[in-house]
Amino acid sequence: MTQLALVIDLNVCVGCHACVTSCKEWNTSGWAGPLADFSPYGPDPHGTFFNRVQTFEVGEYPHTTVVHFPKSCLHCEEPPCVPVCPTGASYKREEDGIVLVDYDKCIGCKYCSWACPYGARELDEHQKVMKKCTLCVDRIYDESLPEAERKPACVLACPTNARLFGDVHDPYSQVSVAIREQGGYTLMPEWGTKPANHYLPRRRTELRIHADELIRADNPLKKEGVPPKPPKDQPTLDETTSW
Amino acid sequence: MHPAFSVILLTTLIGVGQGLFLAIYTSQLYALARLLPMPDHQRFFALGSAIAVGFLALGLFASFFHLGRPGRAWRSAARWRTSWLSREVILLPALMVLVVAYGAIHYFGWTEPLFVVRGALPVDPSLIVGALATLAAFALFVATGMIYASLRFLREWATPLTIFNFLLLGGASGFTLAAAFAAWLGSGLTRFYGTWAVILTVAAAASRLASLYRNAHLQPKSTLQSAIGVRHPRIRQVTQGAMGPTFNNREFFHGASAKAVQTVRTFFLLAAFVIPVVLLATAYVLSSFWIPAAAFAVQYLGLVAERWYFFADARHPQNLYYQRVA
Ligand code: SF4
Ligand code: SF4
Repeated sequence: MTQLALVIDLNVCVGCHACVTSCKEWNTSGWAGPLADFSPYGPDPHGTFFNRVQTFEVGEYPHTTVVHFPKSCLHCEEPPCVPVCPTGASYKREEDGIVLVDYDKCIGCKYCSWACPYGARELDEHQKVMKKCTLCVDRIYDESLPEAERKPACVLACPTNARLFGDVHDPYSQVSVAIREQGGYTLMPEWGTKPANHYLPRRRTELRIHADELIRADNPLKKEGVPPKPPKDQPTLDETTSW
Repeated sequence: MHPAFSVILLTTLIGVGQGLFLAIYTSQLYALARLLPMPDHQRFFALGSAIAVGFLALGLFASFFHLGRPGRAWRSAARWRTSWLSREVILLPALMVLVVAYGAIHYFGWTEPLFVVRGALPVDPSLIVGALATLAAFALFVATGMIYASLRFLREWATPLTIFNFLLLGGASGFTLAAAFAAWLGSGLTRFYGTWAVILTVAAAASRLASLYRNAHLQPKSTLQSAIGVRHPRIRQVTQGAMGPTFNNREFFHGASAKAVQTVRTFFLLAAFVIPVVLLATAYVLSSFWIPAAAFAVQYLGLVAERWYFFADARHPQNLYYQRVA
């Protein structure tokens, strides 16, 4: 079974919101109709987004780190939002695990949004139906696009490559390897929703320098100072061995 | 959670309707057991059923205002296998049909016994339809309660107490209305209903206080740490990623001050439980229509406040992600 998902590297995300704008651009121009925008150039712009980038400060000054945190539907493997939907408008696709809303069936009762612990769903105030990330289902299978572009818009837009896309059930996919080797984790594991999207943690990039790296204890290339003078009965440095 | 008035009205109004029907059917059962005189079919049973249906219909009407796309509401009966909301959507009209049938049977006097069980219990159509409607009314209470109780991470709601509260609060308001209705008809059942209304109101108060106590001592399971997966005791949101208002800010926050929420709680404890019991007790001595009617009116207002508090009390884990605009 396939489970498509995003893996988001928090160590790399710089919080530029490129994924937010490209998501909005792609999904507002697609077959499903626009994503509502109210007063876009006015004083209080608001509207529907599939993806938001939030920012958190960890620690106490001066020992703080800033974590930029992109947040969208996690395409849970046990999605609590699906069984509660009274119309069947919310569903999880068998073939690739994407959780979708059928905008033609949704009655806008908002019950699914209550059932999502992550606040990943937003009611479109214009169409009055529930909306959420589709993993760009209308582009990842589009054969008229070059293969390299059959990815979610956010993944293509990310300038730092913080977003990976692939099948988390395939153990050798790029995303599975990243999760396995870089400590990928899920959000709010306490609810057993088994999110398909994973996050890669912040890693402190440290440069470890030892004293003997600053002052050369050995000096094989006879730089800086007096060249070593081994006794005659021993092999010279310039030949094969080292000590 | 944000208290939506459509849902507050839906749940309180159908609670009254269900409770009133149960009250009316109870008196038929008592009369069958010869514990009470049989009330007048046309006036009491038929009119009472009509009032109950009226409340159920008003509730149904209010529910449409909750929907973004009310024109498609019929679709919501589709997923009754998994969704308690869908089950409620089926049970409410089913109950309405049964109560209409029950009222009609009494109105047209089709109450000749079909058969007699053991020579003592005459079974007529109203008894059978009434039993079915009773089942539907109880099932509807369970479905309404489970809509909330089944959301496991809304921990204030995810308890059997939620279902008991819906059942007992609805029942209490229905029996109080029945007391007023009986006083208005002068049918002599005011005390019978008043007694049951007091019993149910006290039981509802016990159950509601239990849930208040439980919720006041709940520790949230989700934290900012588990929400973003960073292990540090001190995490602070800098921005929620949107400057303008979002659906997540509107739908999951009640926006009232802590003081206002407390005031609502005090009000509903008085209006839903204390004052109606006092008024119903007064109705024991003074036989006036206005006293039980006032008891019902106050209790209904109290239940509206109770339902508002029920929503405001619930803290959704998604709120962790929506703490700060910057
Ligand atoms: S993140 Fe929320 S909306 Fe998305 S699948 Fe999980 S529960 Fe459903
Ligand atoms: S808002 Fe739409 S998708 Fe969500 S539960 Fe209601 S009908 Fe289903």
